[in-house]
Amino acid sequence: MIKNIYVFGATSKIAEETLKNYAKDNANFYLVGRDIHKLEIVRKDLLARGAGKAEVEACDALDWEKHSITINNADKTIGQLDLIYIAHGTLPENEGIRNNQMKVIEEFNINCTSVISLCTVASEYFESKGKGTIAVISSVAGERGRQSNFIYGSAKGGVSKYLEGLRNRLFEKGIKVITIKPGMVDTPMTKDFKKGLLFASPASVGKQIYKGINVGRDVLFVPGYWKLIMGIIKSIPESIFKKLKL
Amino acid sequence: MEFENYLSFNKYPKILPKEVLIPSWLTELDRIDLRNSILCYGKGKSYGDVCLNEDGTLIDTSNLNHIIDFNNKTGIIKCESGITLKEILEFVVPKGWFLPVTPGTKFITLGGAVANDVHGKNHHSAGTFGSHITEIELLRSDKVTYKCTKDVHSELFAATIGGLGLTGFIKTVEFQLISIETPFMYVENIKFENLDAFFDLNEESEKLFPYTVSWVDCTTKGKKMGKGIYMRGRHATKSEVNKSFEMKDGALPFPIEASFINNLTVKAFNKLFYSKQFSKLSTQIVPFEPYFYPLDMIDGWEKAYGKNGFLQHQFVLPYDNCKKSLHQIFHEIVNSGMSSFLTVLKSFGEVDSPGMLSFPKKGITLAIDYRMEGEKTLKLLDKIDDIVAVNNGSLYPGKDARMSREHFHKFYPNFQEFLKYKDPNFSSSFYRRIK
Repeated sequence: MIKNIYVFGATSKIAEETLKNYAKDNANFYLVGRDIHKLEIVRKDLLARGAGKAEVEACDALDWEKHSITINNADKTIGQLDLIYIAHGTLPENEGIRNNQMKVIEEFNINCTSVISLCTVASEYFESKGKGTIAVISSVAGERGRQSNFIYGSAKGGVSKYLEGLRNRLFEKGIKVITIKPGMVDTPMTKDFKKGLLFASPASVGKQIYKGINVGRDVLFVPGYWKLIMGIIKSIPESIFKKLKL
Repeated sequence: MEFENYLSFNKYPKILPKEVLIPSWLTELDRIDLRNSILCYGKGKSYGDVCLNEDGTLIDTSNLNHIIDFNNKTGIIKCESGITLKEILEFVVPKGWFLPVTPGTKFITLGGAVANDVHGKNHHSAGTFGSHITEIELLRSDKVTYKCTKDVHSELFAATIGGLGLTGFIKTVEFQLISIETPFMYVENIKFENLDAFFDLNEESEKLFPYTVSWVDCTTKGKKMGKGIYMRGRHATKSEVNKSFEMKDGALPFPIEASFINNLTVKAFNKLFYSKQFSKLSTQIVPFEPYFYPLDMIDGWEKAYGKNGFLQHQFVLPYDNCKKSLHQIFHEIVNSGMSSFLTVLKSFGEVDSPGMLSFPKKGITLAIDYRMEGEKTLKLLDKIDDIVAVNNGSLYPGKDARMSREHFHKFYPNFQEFLKYKDPNFSSSFYRRIK
């Protein structure tokens, strides 16, 4: 039973929609994000929806030292954590930044390094408690490098690979590691995209993640059909793939 | 075509904004430049151009969908304006609460419900949605947020309810829910022979039931002109629901998407499905969705009208002379042969609408869809408007794409008063058409 939840990137639409489901179960929340005012909006919303406790703390993803502090603060404020949910990220415009070294490093730090940093302190925390769940939002974009999106994609690919190993390592300690791979979701992150058939609503994605975490799935494609799509994309031989405009 | 998703529900007129802004958070609004010609856009479910702003700016409010406060004891809820009625229902119904007033679709935003001062099947007993609002937070282009209630900034409050989004950015809305015992409805369906029979039935039903509405046949001539089915209902009690489930019925899977629908409600819906026998009177216990939102279950029904779209036309006629003029209008419609998919007849009650530009007033209202066939369709509607105008009726802006400026000013004598409270930087295609 997941009762006490720490969330990094709590103002992401997917995170919010996941948390609404937990609020119905009267869970307690420790919400971390960049913007305290937005966190406050989420906090009130979750409380209205039935959350027991909900506290907020501002922390930038690149503020490495603060990662473990926020987890300790969460433990002190809402009690021993059952779930650490890492949901932050940015979607850079690949073509615009691909030759900008500093920009690429920054995007990689936000979407990969900071996630691994948080997972490191999260595993340390749960290992000391002997149980817990780490759930991380990666992306289907991490399944294969494509010319249109390979900076974001490789960062997410790094996250997915890291989580594979972490899951393997923590399995015998009874700690669950869940890799969530959303496809295209109609959120502020994708607001400049033309919305096609494959776009899912944040509410349905949030609900599927909620269910996936609760049953303890290892890898969760949301919506599920992305598993098939990415399976096909991954099966294309590299000699052909490199010529495709994907 | 850029921004082609930003049309109205009936896809007519086809006019597009110059730009669309999509704020993700209420706190970002301070940074939005409320320059000339802006309009909020919710889910685009109005029919016509009240939600359109040709060559102007639209602000898409769909990310502003948070609940700010909810009191389970009093049933007062405060939300951001981009939340849909569907989201509110999913949240409040399991807690034993319901919307005080709801239109025929739950896919509209709260802000849209306020801006059009929507009405529903319970107008004769509960008035419009606006009658249940306790506070509106309105951001104007002077960058000041006004907390408006019946007592504070009361003129701005009255102008904003039914104000077609022209008084500023509706940030939040607080309103009073009603309590319900079950998510089911007790419904009686009664066939009636013609328009006169409707009037008799309506007089009786209004006294007995909080919710009434009729589907009317707009294709039959002669003695049976205006025949239809009268549907009257109320929220079902626990004992009625329990009793109804002891009856035997078959299980039929039915596509109902709302997440809080369970096997129980599906079963009940099947019952509705099976018992649609055409006896003169049938009584049923049904879930609230098929009762209030039958068309929400048919995804994309509006596309059946083809690429030219359709027009919706809703007028109200005060009771004086109403029978006679309604007959006259039915003659026009039936003889035109431009029959309609959906024709809804209902009475509005005494409760005064709180908005300066609110549409409902005491009398009989008729809402009809017309396939858009160019001049022919427009001429018929102009003819009907003339009859409505002569008889001191009015037309619903939320469902209009073509009424004349002259008619609008006759229907809405408060318009000059309203203009005092309109935000100078907010505008819409509808506004520029009728001002």
